[in-house]
Amino acid sequence: MSSVTYDHVVKRYTSDLTVVKDFNVEIKDKEFMVLVGPSGCGKSTALRMLAGLESISEGQIRIGDRVVNDVAAKDRDIAMVFQSYALYPHMSVYDNMAFPLQMQHMKKPDIDQRVKNASRILGLDNFLARKPRALSGGQRQRVALGRAIVRNPKVFLLDEPLSNLDAKLRGQTRIELQKLHRDLETTFIYVTHDQVEAMTMGDRIAIMNAGILQQVGTPGEIYDHPANLFVAGFIGSPTMNFVPATVENGSAKASGFSVKLPKSISATKGTLGFRPEAVTDRVTDEANSMQMKVDVVERLGSDQFLYGKVGGDAVTARVDPRMKVDPGDTVKLGLDTRTLHFFDAETELALI
Amino acid sequence: MTIASERIAVPAAERRFSPDWLGQVFSKGLLHVVVIGITLMWIVPTLGLLVSSFRSPSDIASSGWWTALSPPFKFTLDNYTGVLNTSNLGTSFFNSFMITIPATVIPVSIAAFAAYAFSWMKFWGRDFFFLALVGLLAVPLQATFIPILSLFVKFGLTPENVGFLGLWLAHTGYGLPFAIYLLANFFRSLPTDLFESAEIDGAGTLTVFFRIVLPLSVPAIASLVIFQFLWIWNDYLVALIYVGGTADFAPLTVTIANLVNSNGQGWELLTAAAFFSMIVPLIVFFSLQRFFVRGILAGSVKG
Repeated sequence: MSSVTYDHVVKRYTSDLTVVKDFNVEIKDKEFMVLVGPSGCGKSTALRMLAGLESISEGQIRIGDRVVNDVAAKDRDIAMVFQSYALYPHMSVYDNMAFPLQMQHMKKPDIDQRVKNASRILGLDNFLARKPRALSGGQRQRVALGRAIVRNPKVFLLDEPLSNLDAKLRGQTRIELQKLHRDLETTFIYVTHDQVEAMTMGDRIAIMNAGILQQVGTPGEIYDHPANLFVAGFIGSPTMNFVPATVENGSAKASGFSVKLPKSISATKGTLGFRPEAVTDRVTDEANSMQMKVDVVERLGSDQFLYGKVGGDAVTARVDPRMKVDPGDTVKLGLDTRTLHFFDAETELALI
Repeated sequence: MTIASERIAVPAAERRFSPDWLGQVFSKGLLHVVVIGITLMWIVPTLGLLVSSFRSPSDIASSGWWTALSPPFKFTLDNYTGVLNTSNLGTSFFNSFMITIPATVIPVSIAAFAAYAFSWMKFWGRDFFFLALVGLLAVPLQATFIPILSLFVKFGLTPENVGFLGLWLAHTGYGLPFAIYLLANFFRSLPTDLFESAEIDGAGTLTVFFRIVLPLSVPAIASLVIFQFLWIWNDYLVALIYVGGTADFAPLTVTIANLVNSNGQGWELLTAAAFFSMIVPLIVFFSLQRFFVRGILAGSVKG
């Protein structure tokens, strides 16, 4: 059993500075859970409370069935990988990985076997005698992972482990981490501010903003059915289009176009949301078409993004890469109504 | 980007004697001239002392030391033999070690523990105590002689009773504020992540201190040891006050000063004695100076 439960957890520094508010998540055994949100949203604090590096102001954190609020960090049976890696600079790679085991007073041959095993998994065999400063960023990152692996913990905690790597290595390590998760069959809790990491790696994602949990779900659920305006805007790149709209007779009317809503709602005013891929150069229904004045054209080879104005609203469209468009052109685009979202003007909650 | 590539494109031969090149050579050369000049100015008195130590008293009294550098050469070892034949020199040399080594080790050890507590442990009044301690740096040590000495006499901490202990305590007290201040500042600069990682790994306070903080602080501790060692080895006043009255406990500095009689006769011996006494600090400095090299922290955090 190595599930993790946050039960009405609160972190308060002073009476008017609460960084995590009523946080409730249940992380299943062997799950890869990603906590994601903009910086300062409380995701790292939530992780550090689980690690035992921050006290818990209110509520309970359970690992398996055990309440760990008052358990010392070393006795929680967790391992953590820090953003800075936090390797001990004066120790060799071998000693860095052996350190947590030595602290448990494990026998030398057992330590040796575990360190060798971890270094084989991570491809660090040839670097065991080196000091961290003689390693590349990627290798240091793997040593930090190795130090976590040797402990055979119930839960792995990773605090932005990829943000110090360059873009190419980051993509590669992302894949390696997922493989590692599959091989180790352990619960992973991964904190990041990068929504791409969250979408690609998480079994489930928990999105936080300003200390409040916004939504928990699989990457697909969150992408297709964001619970509110914040989640819709945070996940997806380029971001979802948001245009203010009024609702009349089951149709949403924006400044430059109107569209029939797939579902009737009671609100009369709000924000209409649709992802760039819902706006294409295929016009299937004249009723759902719009005229866009193009400002910027971005060609990525596989995709072509158009940034421009429809009426008074900024809209991004993803069109066929072979379509010939230049900045300043006005093009006719079609909107796919199956993936429309509508957010309440007051609560910002998703109505569709 | 464009500037860099243009620079690469210019062949080496054309780059030489360009205004840029001249400017670089000139500023580098100027720097060297200034550094060498300051070093020479600094070293001249010492050099004069060294030359004088090989001259006879009458020569020292009648002409400047630089005249000895031109023929006829009249160097002599009389001053050195004179110093080495002084009674008590061996005892004083030994006493200097007996005073300096414990009076270096004790305060540096205490300071390391204290600095760790001040920088990484949370306790009530931490900042207040630290400020109070640093404030002690402003107290002139001369002002403390009479109260501390009368206290020592009252408690029987005189050389007759306890040997060097009183002097060790005095040096420890005088050295601690600076030592704690220096080490606490260094310890504080160690990355927080290291301590958190060690905490999760299961290392207790003492383990963190001995296995992580101390090994990473070798440069800071080494420089502190050198400072403290030199200060105590060269100290005259504190030793004179606390143990100076007893020839059996007098360190080298006190004995050497006694070479000059009350009429100021015999000061030529001081020149040789100064170099004799300088040997040990020089050995200490050169054997520990490699620890001054920074960069032991490189690679601990960040890619």
